[in-house]
Amino acid sequence: MASKKEISLKDISKYIKDGDQVLVGGFGLSGCPLTIVDEIAKTDVKDLTIVSNNLGEPQKGLGKLLDNGQIKKAIGSYFTTHRGAVNAWNEGWLEIELLPQGTMAEGIRAAGAGIPAFYTPTGAGTKLSDNKEVREFDGKEYVLEKSIPGDVALIRAHKADEYGNLVYRKTQENFNTAMAMAGKIVIAEVDEIVPIGELNPEEIKTQHLFVDYLVKTRYEIEGGTFVERTK
Amino acid sequence: MNAQNNAKTMRQDIAKRAADELGEGEVINLGVGIPTLIPEYLGDKHVFLHSENGLLGTGPAPEDGEINPDLINASKQPVTELPGSAIFDSALSFAMIRGGHVDTAVIGALQVDQTGELANWAVPGKDILGVGGAMDLVAGVQKVILTMTHTSKSGEAKIVESLTYPSSGYRKADVLITEKAVFTFKDNQMYLVEVADGVTVEEIGKTTAASFVVAL
Repeated sequence: MASKKEISLKDISKYIKDGDQVLVGGFGLSGCPLTIVDEIAKTDVKDLTIVSNNLGEPQKGLGKLLDNGQIKKAIGSYFTTHRGAVNAWNEGWLEIELLPQGTMAEGIRAAGAGIPAFYTPTGAGTKLSDNKEVREFDGKEYVLEKSIPGDVALIRAHKADEYGNLVYRKTQENFNTAMAMAGKIVIAEVDEIVPIGELNPEEIKTQHLFVDYLVKTRYEIEGGTFVERTK
Repeated sequence: MNAQNNAKTMRQDIAKRAADELGEGEVINLGVGIPTLIPEYLGDKHVFLHSENGLLGTGPAPEDGEINPDLINASKQPVTELPGSAIFDSALSFAMIRGGHVDTAVIGALQVDQTGELANWAVPGKDILGVGGAMDLVAGVQKVILTMTHTSKSGEAKIVESLTYPSSGYRKADVLITEKAVFTFKDNQMYLVEVADGVTVEEIGKTTAASFVVAL
């Protein structure tokens, strides 16, 4: 039985529309759904708000969407790895919302866990808490941070089973499980889709109820890096 | 430590001294820059290295040909996993940090004031586009050790009366290690507890724009 959740790469664009807030997994290129991002880069969908730790590299991962001018706003913790993001911000066409990395991770998780906002000690007394509500608990200041939901979440895992349960390779998980929880529509890119029962229940990190669609990746690891398969 | 050494040796000296501050069996998070040199100087001491992207038990860089781009540290460099390591997601990783479960963070700083408040994520007048996990670490870990050169490349004081760079949070550092000296902070007061070989207290005074108690 093939997975009912599997879709073709061409179908991806059906689920993303102009102006969407899109959660994109990955810490650098590890755990980033490179194939899905490549497909979006081929469409003319625009004005996206991208929530991701960083914006890829020039012409790699989310860097492609940025270079195409498809991103209106970026929410994340570290944008200096792609000079194009810095330039776009200086030129005024890219809005950037900088969040401490742990606040971003918890914000996404909270959105998926039904929690609209939370108080955190991180960032209290810094510029990143400007214009945010601050409240004292037991003599210490905490910043109110809103959760970060997504219209769509695009994630990457190693294997899926036909139900959409996911397992990861090494540190590939990073933001992916939280994003699967927080996205209204969740598309997971995987190396392979295995039959029901083949994954050990204890090793499943992202449960199938969070995952709507599956696509197979076009990338493989070769020479210590991610390489697009030629056929 | 020898203050006359070149920049590379200076960084190595700082890392070596910082390694002495770490306790056997501690869970440590190492920031970018000088802290990444610390593992070379741990000797027989065993600590657990925590990487923000979701690895506890981070090992050294892999041999060429053994690189897995899905096994990386928080600087996005390829690493290995040691026996007994554990892997988890970002939200859990920062729960470990923010929740006080990580013993010590060794991090760089651009500036630190005489109370121990630090600045390590942004330079005034430059684009503020990256913060990463810096503020979470400062806010959450049990002990903050700062490693930095005593002055800037142009000789300006980095240890100051009050910060002119954007603060990383209310939380104060516990220890500051430079190539010239070691300071500790307690109740908003800075103490000079150690000077490097060949360095005088007078020289520390001249290169430090903050008041401190000499407690050698």
